[in-house]
Amino acid sequence: MTRFPPPMSLLAELTHRCPLACPYCSNPLSLDRRQSELETQDWVRILEEAAALGVLQVHFSGGEPMARADLPALVHHASSLNLYTNLITSGVLITQATLAALDEAGLDHIQLSFQDVTETGAERIGGLRGAQERKLAAARLIRARGLPLTLNFVIHRENADRVAQMLDLAHELGAGRVEIAHTQYYGWGLKNRDLLMPSAAQLDAATDAVVKARARFGNSLAIDYVTPDYHADQPKPCMGGWGQRFLNVTPSGKVLPCHAAETIPDVTFPNVMEHALGEIWQDSALFNLFRGTAWMPEPCQSCALKEIDWGGCRCQALALTGDARATDPVCARSDRHEVVVAAAEAGHDGDFAYRRFTGTGRNETG
Amino acid sequence: MSIAEDSIPGFTRGHRLQQDRVRDVWLIQAPEKAFIADPVAAAILRLVDGKRSLGTIIDLLAETYQAPRDRIAADVKTLVASLAEQKILSP
Ligand SMILES: C[S@@+](CC[C@H](N)C(=O)[O-])C[C@H]1O[C@@H](n2cnc3c(N)ncnc32)[C@H](O)[C@@H]1O
Ligand code: SF4
Ligand code: SF4
Repeated sequence: MTRFPPPMSLLAELTHRCPLACPYCSNPLSLDRRQSELETQDWVRILEEAAALGVLQVHFSGGEPMARADLPALVHHASSLNLYTNLITSGVLITQATLAALDEAGLDHIQLSFQDVTETGAERIGGLRGAQERKLAAARLIRARGLPLTLNFVIHRENADRVAQMLDLAHELGAGRVEIAHTQYYGWGLKNRDLLMPSAAQLDAATDAVVKARARFGNSLAIDYVTPDYHADQPKPCMGGWGQRFLNVTPSGKVLPCHAAETIPDVTFPNVMEHALGEIWQDSALFNLFRGTAWMPEPCQSCALKEIDWGGCRCQALALTGDARATDPVCARSDRHEVVVAAAEAGHDGDFAYRRFTGTGRNETG
Repeated sequence: MSIAEDSIPGFTRGHRLQQDRVRDVWLIQAPEKAFIADPVAAAILRLVDGKRSLGTIIDLLAETYQAPRDRIAADVKTLVASLAEQKILSP
């Protein structure tokens, strides 16, 4: 018998390998290596369990999901289970042939990320020569096949001034949708936070560029604007509530309520190699830790908005206050709100710590 | 806005109707979201297959539900126009 409503979507992080090294990457600082990655047959079983549980959409992500040779087979399997399949990719591994294989496997949609609109800006973030050109070519190949395309831009202090051009590019490339997403400070993004933090003036200009583009493009381009967390005074309903809508499976098979949850201390992270997905969703300590409202401290407990934002983000509360149970300090009602205000004003330029595997100077790709 | 009855509506790529057996509802799957189709919308959309004309769909519904054709036609056209506006259907 189902006790908690089933999840809507699954984020399948197939690998942490990636040819790029974005300093805002939301992946954890300790990346899973190739040897610890799940096998094809494990992912097949996860997809089957997810579909049976009630998952409707699967987002193949990573790292770079296209670094896995079994991606078309997994897309095909997911499609045959009637799951809506979305590929979240940097696009640098897209060619006629790799795209054809995914299209023929039944892929429903692609979300292609760009680091910037200028080549210099993009290479400074991604660290890969020629990446911008490959991404532009990838977008054209995707549209030539008629596959629906969303462009994704992560916004930070070094590219925030070019939001208008990003939106023009999305329109020019024939994307139906574009995400202008302010950096969320998890993983590598948290490590590089002050170097990524835009000024209040940059933020206002970015927002203004979005408003103007909405008027300019109307229905021909859907713009999804993800507002910044730290410049706000009410938190977002992180993941639609802990353990309510969303499941994340990491490359090594850990099952998490959000992609940053591995930072939460003193709890075991259930693994698909040991438990069924449904059992983890319903019964694991991790998924029940912050489910619903019973765990909430004051001021959340007596707040009228507690079932609107679910107390905000647990990983953010942990990162900023040292306590994962605290009210998200983004909230103006939190007694720690001043740490967010201070961080939002602490932005400055400098040298990034690029995303890489520990103990190596470079990124694994092949 | 008014759509001709000989037009052939179909779901655009990236959108589809599907039955959710776990939750016992019909859904429209779209990039990044799934919306619930209410029973009336689901009855109409189940007939949208990219082959039938709007006129045929209206005839079939009028027959199945034994309802005045005009009323059915109005409902169907309103729904199709709204979903076409959102680029979920191509009319
Ligand atoms: C972690 S990436 C993995 C997929 C692929 N490597 C890519 O970058 O497209 C998943 C998505 O999150 C976005 N992203 C990465 N770090 C982010 C952050 N700190 N805040 C917001 N979005 C982020 C990426 O641009 C991408 O759209
Ligand atoms: S480094 Fe960049 S491209 Fe690679 S996974 Fe992270 S966000 Fe995606
Ligand atoms: S007090 Fe808690 S529930 Fe109320 S708005 Fe702030 S974070 Fe949300």
